Amino acid sequence: MNKFGFTISQGRQIDYESNSRRIADYIYDNEPSFRLCIECGACSATCTAGNFTSFSLRELNILIKRGENDQVYQSLKKCMLCGKCSLVCPRGVNTRNIIILAKKAFQLSDEYTV
Amino acid sequence: MKKHVVVIGGGVAGLEVAGQLSRVGIDVSLIEKESATGGNINNWFRLFPDRRRSSEVKEYLDGMNMNHDIRLHTNTTIEKFFRNRNNFSITTNAGKEMTADAVIIATGFDLFKSARKEEYGYGIYDNVITSADLEKMFTEGKIALTDGTAPDTIGIIHCVGSRDEKVGNFYCSKLCCVTAVKQAIEIREFLPDSKVFCFYMDMRMGGALYEELYREAQEKWGVNFIRGKVSEASETIENGLLIKVEDTLAGRPLKMKLDLLVLMAGMEMSEGGKKIARLGGLNTGENKFFVATDSHYGSNRSNIEGVFYAGTCTAPMNITETISHARSAVVEVVDYLKIAKS
Amino acid sequence: MNPEGKKAIWSEYQKEIADDKFFYVRSCIRQNFFPGSEVAFLRIMRDVLKKDVFEHPCHTTCSGIGYHGDVVPVETAMTVVARQFALMTEAGYSNYVPSCITSFGLYTEILDTWHHFPQVEEKVRKQLRKATGREFEKPKNLAHASDVIYKFRKEIAAKAKYKLVNKETGEPLKVVDHIGCHYAKMFPSKGVGGAEYPYVLTGMVEEWGGQIIDYPERRHCCGFGFRQYLVQANRGFSIACSKEKFESMEPYKPDMIITNCPGCPMFLDRWQYVINEMEGKKYGQNGEGIPVFTYEEVAGLVLGFDPWDLGLQMHQIDCEPVLNKIGIEYSKEDKYNLKVIPSYSRSRNLVNV
Repeated sequence: MNKFGFTISQGRQIDYESNSRRIADYIYDNEPSFRLCIECGACSATCTAGNFTSFSLRELNILIKRGENDQVYQSLKKCMLCGKCSLVCPRGVNTRNIIILAKKAFQLSDEYTV
Repeated sequence: MKKHVVVIGGGVAGLEVAGQLSRVGIDVSLIEKESATGGNINNWFRLFPDRRRSSEVKEYLDGMNMNHDIRLHTNTTIEKFFRNRNNFSITTNAGKEMTADAVIIATGFDLFKSARKEEYGYGIYDNVITSADLEKMFTEGKIALTDGTAPDTIGIIHCVGSRDEKVGNFYCSKLCCVTAVKQAIEIREFLPDSKVFCFYMDMRMGGALYEELYREAQEKWGVNFIRGKVSEASETIENGLLIKVEDTLAGRPLKMKLDLLVLMAGMEMSEGGKKIARLGGLNTGENKFFVATDSHYGSNRSNIEGVFYAGTCTAPMNITETISHARSAVVEVVDYLKIAKS
Repeated sequence: MNPEGKKAIWSEYQKEIADDKFFYVRSCIRQNFFPGSEVAFLRIMRDVLKKDVFEHPCHTTCSGIGYHGDVVPVETAMTVVARQFALMTEAGYSNYVPSCITSFGLYTEILDTWHHFPQVEEKVRKQLRKATGREFEKPKNLAHASDVIYKFRKEIAAKAKYKLVNKETGEPLKVVDHIGCHYAKMFPSKGVGGAEYPYVLTGMVEEWGGQIIDYPERRHCCGFGFRQYLVQANRGFSIACSKEKFESMEPYKPDMIITNCPGCPMFLDRWQYVINEMEGKKYGQNGEGIPVFTYEEVAGLVLGFDPWDLGLQMHQIDCEPVLNKIGIEYSKEDKYNLKVIPSYSRSRNLVNV
């Protein structure tokens, strides 16, 4: 192969159909309040971890829903489970449980089927 | 002698106005350009927020108009309209001339013509429909693509023809968000295996029980909401649609294949209303709707004494508000007729 | 797909295109990539359609390539453009026809700016006077060369020797049309058919017997852009744009691509080779690429010009499959034998400067 001095850029669009929904499905099944999230960002605003790291629960929720699982796993470790997010959520989402369930879902070895 | 009021427009506002006026002993001539009354409510199957049938509301309105002397003129439009010293002269397309002591204009709204948003391909790509087309499918009891099969993935685009500089409508049509949520729920009811996605710029749920409906759509029906304005739709080789939208809250562009695309067409001033504005010298605003002389306590008053407005010809509003607005128009007219003619 | 819907939109975006007496300005780079195209345009306009097309030997680049490459400021570009208009005025013409789409975009942008800001126009007049002593008038009609061919597509079809039809199956050829971004995306009303469903190339192809393919990434830019492309390391961004288009058009199995910009066919043609070298993928059928043509080449082919006179041998993707499908007669041996066409070896309009 010739070296042309550049490589073909990868697209950064979220390809909705190709992404796997297994993490999202696991959370939906075990924490119904996950459906209520409107991504308002109140959780990220008060978040302890978000103050010092790039952790944003709002962003995490969306990435999980879109199936962009690769970006989610490393971030999960940053959460301290302090609970400030649950305190402020206007929709009553059980935010701490989402972190715990997401971690569990990543440990499921096979494709999780409903 | 009984006073005579001409009501222009036989939709929800016009019917309520006519019924209430005749109840206080005023003679009414109700002018309607189509062959039957009802206007836009004829096109909706179930109404938000509780999803009751529109036919029940139509029944109520027809009941209001039944037992009193209301002269209904269907297939009639206005060709001449001007003010004399104490009353108004109105001539219809059939050549009939009438004199009125006061006039109430209830010409309603037209839905935005979605073909003007070329990038969504309405009228070009097979499976792009508007909210009105979808309501028709609900009425007929079948949601189907052009090839007759049921769709699996349905996308709903908010703000088509509203909040849009390119088509000249800067205002928000107020009701499309709640309509989208209602229709999303109804689609999920009809087709339990379908996936529904709503693409919104903002979720405007500003009426009674609207936010609760939004919550129900997410919690009970699993409707997906993606914040981002769809920039374009293209047809795929499977005759479906490929849309491009930015998932603004994820900060990345997203592309998705859909089987059916529903456009939430906004509300515009009706063509009939624009004509009446020209004929009668009535002021319209930048949004092309009629301008009331006072936005708080005179929202039915026009710039011509004795001419009043009722309903969506002044601004987008839902059926509850339209009926309230119609009743307040009647209060204004009753007030006016007593004062001016005593 | 409901073609009536598209026709309704096309009828809304009509454009004034002049009839005759054209002042033609060339592209900086087209003659390197597709040497036969501009000559073919002149042959079609002068010899076949008997129109008056004037080329001023003193005309230069419009400097759009510099403007879009961030090296020429906009006021300099305006002054260069003003000089082009001055040459047009001096030669006694008022219908301006650029060969390049970026030029066309720049001219429309500048004329629009002058329309809304007359004080800028005055300033440019002063600058031109100071720099060269020339005065100019704005063209009465500005149309791209593809608009002109579009206007005369029926006349070309009447004189055509071939049609864009597969002579064995009788089916129209499946053609992908790619319009340069600067044609209509900035000012939709200045493009035939508007920006969403441009008609300028579709009209030509339909008139000459072919069939246009509408595929999802039809509106996508080919990635030319100038400013990022000039740096070698950034070309990955450009090639990714073309690749997205190829991936999207592949399932429709197109026979050929037609374009109306200098950069786009260069990219669409050459990048197929690079993608094949880097990833081993070819987008055409039978292990071939998809041949890319400019609209002048297609017009020349249907009129029966010799493919090698049109410069098709310079294309990276071999054009023979399309020539064979149409049934054009050509000589394989002559492909790389350069010959001189006497009538075009001397400029017709040598003016004592």
